[in-house]
Amino acid sequence: MKQLIFILIFSFTFLASCAPSQVNLTPPPQLDPGVGPDSWVLVTAGEFLMGLHEHETIVDYNYEIMVTDVTNAQYADYLNQALADGTVKVVGDQIVGYYPGDEFHDHEHEIEIKAGDWLHIPLDDPGLRLDFDSESFTPQTGYENHPMTMVTWFGAQAFCEFYDWRLPTEVEWEKAARGEDARPYPWGDEIETTNANYYSSYDIFEKIIGGLGDTTPVGFYNGQTYDGYTALDSPSPYGLYDMAGNVWQWTGDVYENQHYRYMRGGSKDNYAYNLRVWTRNSAGPDYFSPAVGFRCLRDSSGQ
Amino acid sequence: MGALKARYNFLFRSTKGLILVAIALIALVTAIWGMLSGPMAEFGIRDIVIRIFGMDIVEAEREGRIILLYHTIAMAILAIEVYIITDMVPMKKHQQTNINAIITFGYMLTLIFGMLFGYFGHNFIFHGLYLFGLSLMFFGGLQLAITLWPWKKEYHVTDLEYSHTKSGVDLERVAFFTMAVATLGSATFGAITGSYWGNGHETFLAEDIIREPNKTILQKSIIGHLHIMLTLIAIAITLIVGRWQDFKGRLHKIAMPIMIVGTIIISFGAWSVTVVEWAHVTIYFGSVFVLLAALFFVIFSWKMLIRTGLEKRGIQKARFSQKIGTLFEDPLKFGVGWQMVFMNFTVSFVGIFMAAKLDEIFRVWPHRDERIILTGHWHTLAALIATIILLYYADLAGLKGRARKIFGWSVIIFSDLAFVAITIFSMKRLFVSESAQQPLVNWTMLIADLGLALVLVALALLMIWRLADLFKKKGRWSEELDETGYDKKPDDEAENSEEVQA
Repeated sequence: MKQLIFILIFSFTFLASCAPSQVNLTPPPQLDPGVGPDSWVLVTAGEFLMGLHEHETIVDYNYEIMVTDVTNAQYADYLNQALADGTVKVVGDQIVGYYPGDEFHDHEHEIEIKAGDWLHIPLDDPGLRLDFDSESFTPQTGYENHPMTMVTWFGAQAFCEFYDWRLPTEVEWEKAARGEDARPYPWGDEIETTNANYYSSYDIFEKIIGGLGDTTPVGFYNGQTYDGYTALDSPSPYGLYDMAGNVWQWTGDVYENQHYRYMRGGSKDNYAYNLRVWTRNSAGPDYFSPAVGFRCLRDSSGQ
Repeated sequence: MGALKARYNFLFRSTKGLILVAIALIALVTAIWGMLSGPMAEFGIRDIVIRIFGMDIVEAEREGRIILLYHTIAMAILAIEVYIITDMVPMKKHQQTNINAIITFGYMLTLIFGMLFGYFGHNFIFHGLYLFGLSLMFFGGLQLAITLWPWKKEYHVTDLEYSHTKSGVDLERVAFFTMAVATLGSATFGAITGSYWGNGHETFLAEDIIREPNKTILQKSIIGHLHIMLTLIAIAITLIVGRWQDFKGRLHKIAMPIMIVGTIIISFGAWSVTVVEWAHVTIYFGSVFVLLAALFFVIFSWKMLIRTGLEKRGIQKARFSQKIGTLFEDPLKFGVGWQMVFMNFTVSFVGIFMAAKLDEIFRVWPHRDERIILTGHWHTLAALIATIILLYYADLAGLKGRARKIFGWSVIIFSDLAFVAITIFSMKRLFVSESAQQPLVNWTMLIADLGLALVLVALALLMIWRLADLFKKKGRWSEELDETGYDKKPDDEAENSEEVQA
């Protein structure tokens, strides 16, 4: 009987805890890491070691890639311009935009991505860090310089295209993250809790919010001290920040026989091993999450 | 010296001792290597353990390390199952001794040198001895299969209550034999692929490549291998607990033929993953037979527990509550059947639902979520099998009275709580969005960690009890050794003895 009572109490407590909770009850502290989200770095052509098994891979052109993920402030600016010129539109609780579709081969598990309007961001999800007053978007207070999340692959791709940029391919992303040696993390061989924002890394936002924590401002892990919390300077060999942890980053490849789009870098919700430079994640192009963002790439001559 | 020799004889020459050593080694590996992941990593214990033991952890080798770890634990589990089979299935004494000796060397070499190679630096000696250990396991398995050959007259059934053919062939023995042969065949799928390592094959974890639209034949071979090996371990333990509880009668006569058919179909299904797209259909078809055979065992087991319990109490006409009370009286014997039933809710039904709704639901989620479901699925099945072995071993070890009840219920309740929590955690996208998942993640992780930790505490107490017993001059170990006769005539049991073990 005692066991039964114990199980019942346990079950009720558990079920009661399953109620949805508000994501952001209080605004996060406003921190300025000082890494400009508008800056780009040059990745030079050359060979690098790709993947867990270090396959020699050549990228025979230079390219420029954003130093940080696209921020909420940048995405809000873009949305306001794109809404104004009709590139995207509001449909119900969604921002949608046109995508010309993918070639479909009807391979096992492949889902057809047809031409048409596709979801860019949901407006009714509490994870969104933008406010919309039916005319314009503004980033929520404290989240201006955090990575833009809750954005689908369509939304990420549309942002880059809007400025004549594009999403990096997986090869370009990994070269930018790893450089030319065999390091597993952008900054080197090992990971400390102050290198990046990942699950149980006990960063300043995890301490405030608890559990899976929250995103950190872009470029947060640059050696600065914030309210007594010292982050290690953790750039990639080319000087990119947040190439491991914080949020997964959409990449641009559209592969044959599958509809999945791939993400790289690991996120605040993952154990450290997911932050290794070769780790892949994938989802349909209409997937969005509080742990997925992106950055763009442009030709080395493009400004 | 004599005292040491007697204990050596118990630990390495008696079935109960051999099982105790294997469980103790698994417990040790679990205790140390369990510190490297999950909550122990979050608490920073991982780094301390790595420092204390001087482990050489290279990030790029994580996948390889995990494969080594799986194999070391799997070999010890297989060894336990082989010890039990050679003890409970009739065979000649020297056959039992030979098989057990080879298996013991095999799993110990695998375990010791596998872990050394994976976590303490690489050299050809460690890796060579690890592979030699695996080879010995295969050779031991080959001997077991030959020994289990069921068509010898001396092994025909004498009691017609047990499943048999018209000519008297023992179908339970055929089931053991089929399982052993299928295990050997399935092992070769892993071994052949392993031989291509560095020559067309690269280390990978199956859960990482599950969405690749085009997998190589070697990758498919490994995926088939890992699925069927765990299934065959589950089939073996089902047959073992059936024998333990003297499964017989009408249900036994139906269960054994369908277990044989199911084992063959599932194995061919898993092997055919390499060549046909529809292999999973064959696997589902075979699974129905195996699950039905297990269900028949559970029905028999629970009916038998109720009947014998009521007889013991002298109750002629029992109320429903009395029947249930009797069923719950012995958690060890009830628990093995219950864990099999429970497996359906946390493994089988989840797997079937996932297969049925793969593209509609699960492949809409990100790969990392699908990966969590897959690994949760395999780990839960493996842990369920482990709890069944523990319940069986606790009975074998002579756990009685209050301790038996506390141990049995602890293993059942805490493991099942953990399994439910893991299942809800892995399926969380069905109930809650990513933005609102925090409380669910917190609670399920807490219950899972707590449940598994308490099962490990129960296991640790059992191990401490048996360890303390070894220091007694006339402890349980001594009685158990007496049952074998090794201590009295250590050199006498004779390679050439033709006595058939009943």
